[in-house]
Amino acid sequence: MTVGARWTRRVLWVGFGLFFLFPLYAMADFSTRSRDGRTVQAWANLVHDEALYDAIAASVLLAVLTVAGMLTLLVPTMIWVRLRARWARRLVEFFCLLPLTIPALVIVVGLRNVYLWVTYLLGESALTLAFVYVVVVLPFAYRALDASLSAVDLRTLTEAARSLGAGWFTATLQVVVPNIWPGMVSAAFISTAVVLGEYTIASLSGYQTLPVQIVLLGKSDGPTSVAASLATLVFGFVLLSALSLLTRRRRSTASVAR
Amino acid sequence: MVISGRRAARTLREALPLLPFGVAVVVFLIIPTVTVLIGAVYVDGAFTLDRIAALFTGTALSALANSLLLSAISALVGAAAGAVLAWLIVSAASTSTLRRAVLALCSVLAQFGGVALAFAFLATVGLNGVLTLWVQQLTGWNLAGSGWLYSLGGLTLVYTYFQIPLMVIVFLPALEGLRSQWREAAVSLGASTWAYWRDVAVPLLTPAFLGSVLLLFANAFAAYATAAALVSQGSPIVPLLIRTALTSDVVLGQAGFAYALALEMIVVVAVVMAAYRLVVRRSDRWLS
Amino acid sequence: MILSTISRRARLVSRLVGVAATGALLVGAVACAPPERDSSGTETQSGVKAGEATSAADFGGMAELVAAAQAEGELNVIALPPDWANYGAIISAFSDKYGIKVNSAQPDASSQDEINAANQQKGRSSAPDVFDLGQAVALANTSLFAPYRVETFDDIPAAFKNPDGTWVNDYGGYMSIGFDSAAVPPVTGVDDLLKPEYRGSVALNGDPTQAGAAFSGVMMVALSQGGSPDDIAPGVEFFAQLNEAGNFLPVDPTPATIESGQTPVVIDWNYTNSAQTKKLPSWTVVVPPDNPVAGYYYQAINKDAPHPAAARLWQEFLYSDEGQNLFAEGGVRPVRADNMLADGTLDPAVAAALPVVDGPVTVPTPQQTEAASKYLADNWAAAVG
Repeated sequence: MTVGARWTRRVLWVGFGLFFLFPLYAMADFSTRSRDGRTVQAWANLVHDEALYDAIAASVLLAVLTVAGMLTLLVPTMIWVRLRARWARRLVEFFCLLPLTIPALVIVVGLRNVYLWVTYLLGESALTLAFVYVVVVLPFAYRALDASLSAVDLRTLTEAARSLGAGWFTATLQVVVPNIWPGMVSAAFISTAVVLGEYTIASLSGYQTLPVQIVLLGKSDGPTSVAASLATLVFGFVLLSALSLLTRRRRSTASVAR
Repeated sequence: MVISGRRAARTLREALPLLPFGVAVVVFLIIPTVTVLIGAVYVDGAFTLDRIAALFTGTALSALANSLLLSAISALVGAAAGAVLAWLIVSAASTSTLRRAVLALCSVLAQFGGVALAFAFLATVGLNGVLTLWVQQLTGWNLAGSGWLYSLGGLTLVYTYFQIPLMVIVFLPALEGLRSQWREAAVSLGASTWAYWRDVAVPLLTPAFLGSVLLLFANAFAAYATAAALVSQGSPIVPLLIRTALTSDVVLGQAGFAYALALEMIVVVAVVMAAYRLVVRRSDRWLS
Repeated sequence: MILSTISRRARLVSRLVGVAATGALLVGAVACAPPERDSSGTETQSGVKAGEATSAADFGGMAELVAAAQAEGELNVIALPPDWANYGAIISAFSDKYGIKVNSAQPDASSQDEINAANQQKGRSSAPDVFDLGQAVALANTSLFAPYRVETFDDIPAAFKNPDGTWVNDYGGYMSIGFDSAAVPPVTGVDDLLKPEYRGSVALNGDPTQAGAAFSGVMMVALSQGGSPDDIAPGVEFFAQLNEAGNFLPVDPTPATIESGQTPVVIDWNYTNSAQTKKLPSWTVVVPPDNPVAGYYYQAINKDAPHPAAARLWQEFLYSDEGQNLFAEGGVRPVRADNMLADGTLDPAVAAALPVVDGPVTVPTPQQTEAASKYLADNWAAAVG
């Protein structure tokens, strides 16, 4: 690498670093600003402000439910498609990528009647959003799981397991899942990030999730809403960093085992 | 074409475990979409194109133009800058902490977008933003001045902020697919770096790059959260016009107009995504 | 051959799926709603369901109404910011007096958001019980309201109520200009706003194609520039000039932005502007003396209210002397103000603070509002874009 190229790289890194990290620093500064110095009141509000705290709890629970629903729905479906229903692969892929084509705004506009039924059958809390969210995270989750499933010799694994007497359920849970664990974790973490930031469907349906509450708060209490936004970003970052650490360790142990 | 009974039974048996997936997708995705499509042309039990016609009036057309412009600019700038950043990442060692940290950050910034970023920019270049105050102290110039952040110009800047990471995520696999053997082969045949890039890498990467631009375009066009959090005066883009149609206190009875606008959004995004699929299919062959 | 078998099977299944899906779609899209939950509430002593009671007498008297409301235990209100018409104090007073928990949802919602919420949450226990709406939205949605006549119904002038009590005006105010006297020179009239001293300072409370308050603001400006309730064009023209001069700020003014000095001049209802003076002592409110624009808000009960008795008790409270005085403390003109001034039941200090205007007060009729809205929808975005 020439000296010129090395310096170009450094300058570019610094440039990008400033562009992306400065707003994050600005958020930290803004949220701790007070009349004559620093204060952590805005951050304390994350726990003390009842409405905000409720919104955080609702969003976290929603993320958990969405991930559970997505994994339960997608993993067996994708395994089945690869093993027994190859002809359906394009169809499943199409449906999984469809939410990228249909904007959330369109979905929420047409969702009202469906949700009248959902709330009639299941009650009224914001957690019922999990159903829609599972569909919304499909594109991201599908991509992660698909990459992971492609890297594994699925047919051999399942046939070996079944020939040793395992049923479909045991084979999936105890043989396939540990092998596609990185893909599942990746899908889970990305889905969590999407759910924590989803604003369109929640706000136009009238539910008080975290992003909705942040915007509401932004009108009356700037620092607290900025603190909440920064917390969300940092949390997502920690989550995804942990994910990459996990993946790396798995990869190295897998290569050793082979 | 006749299918034997046994084959049909077998097909049905194989399709059955796919039912939960199918039901989820149909109920929560297909039905709302069709509700919108039908609502755009079916008013009070009668088929009418009035609402579609309303899409070609002044406000709707200018909102569409603004949306297309915003999406195009943020997609092109985001793609160019994102490609550079992706190249920087690829050049770094594959297990370095820096690379993993940057990729994690990109995932967060790309997928979140929306509300958190709107507030990030408010905290930076808003009327009371950190950068605004610094610049004001240093040079006396009011950076936030006319409130540009809260209109189309500001939106473009904030959109670029989440388009670049998305570009990194989408384009990185293509860059990683550029095998080093190709570079070595080119060098051994006497090519300079410039020639390598011009004759080998760029043609290989172009389909992936174009596909990424299209994806970024669709992403910007359909985005709602950031604009909703930032813009409160006027409805310069289509998603905000939908919000106004659904929630306005002043111009009432606009739910149908919202359906028509939603239909317009589907059409634009569908066209772009179809183009994306076409372009990506070509590049997949070489780089997978 | 295997490939063609697979693709044939795929095609067949796709076709079947397509047919099934289309069938499901048409059924779904024709929009079957789930069975209605009977939410008209418990029966009262007189045998009338709480959700259909049209006055306190149907409950057997005020005491029974209070008891029924307390039995329900909760009240859902929506779109009531705490510093708007003193709603914060009203909610606390109601809650303390009767021990009923008040759930205040979406304080920043618009009137249309209230109707949307009622429609979307129909049958749910979180649906709004009562509405406080702007004129246009209220008159367009009367089918959602339940008629109810409060005890003080006869004390309310006929022009401010529907004879059945389907809707009743609760308070009104005038359009005003609020400004921070410590930051900008005093404003005496609308024309002052074009001066260079107000560069990047003037904010309108919302978008006039969306928010009723902003609509009335543009109407006020239009009247000051020679327009009329039938002609809002001069107002739009003025804002275009304001925007070109760089004086117009496309920011939503909130208590936070006013306190921090981001929006030194705000065009809004006089009561909302007056509420800011408590937080920012230098905040001054001016109601342009000629051609004032007034607006009244409409109070109504949700026909499908999940807490019908509590909703009706809330109405009684708002229109009682106590409620009207609390409203007046927020700087609004309560609907019973004239009669209460005559009776002396209006707190004198508060009465003195009510704004005085000369000249004819303009309240646009629904037809004028509709025509003006149409003009705004076509021209506002271009004027300030």
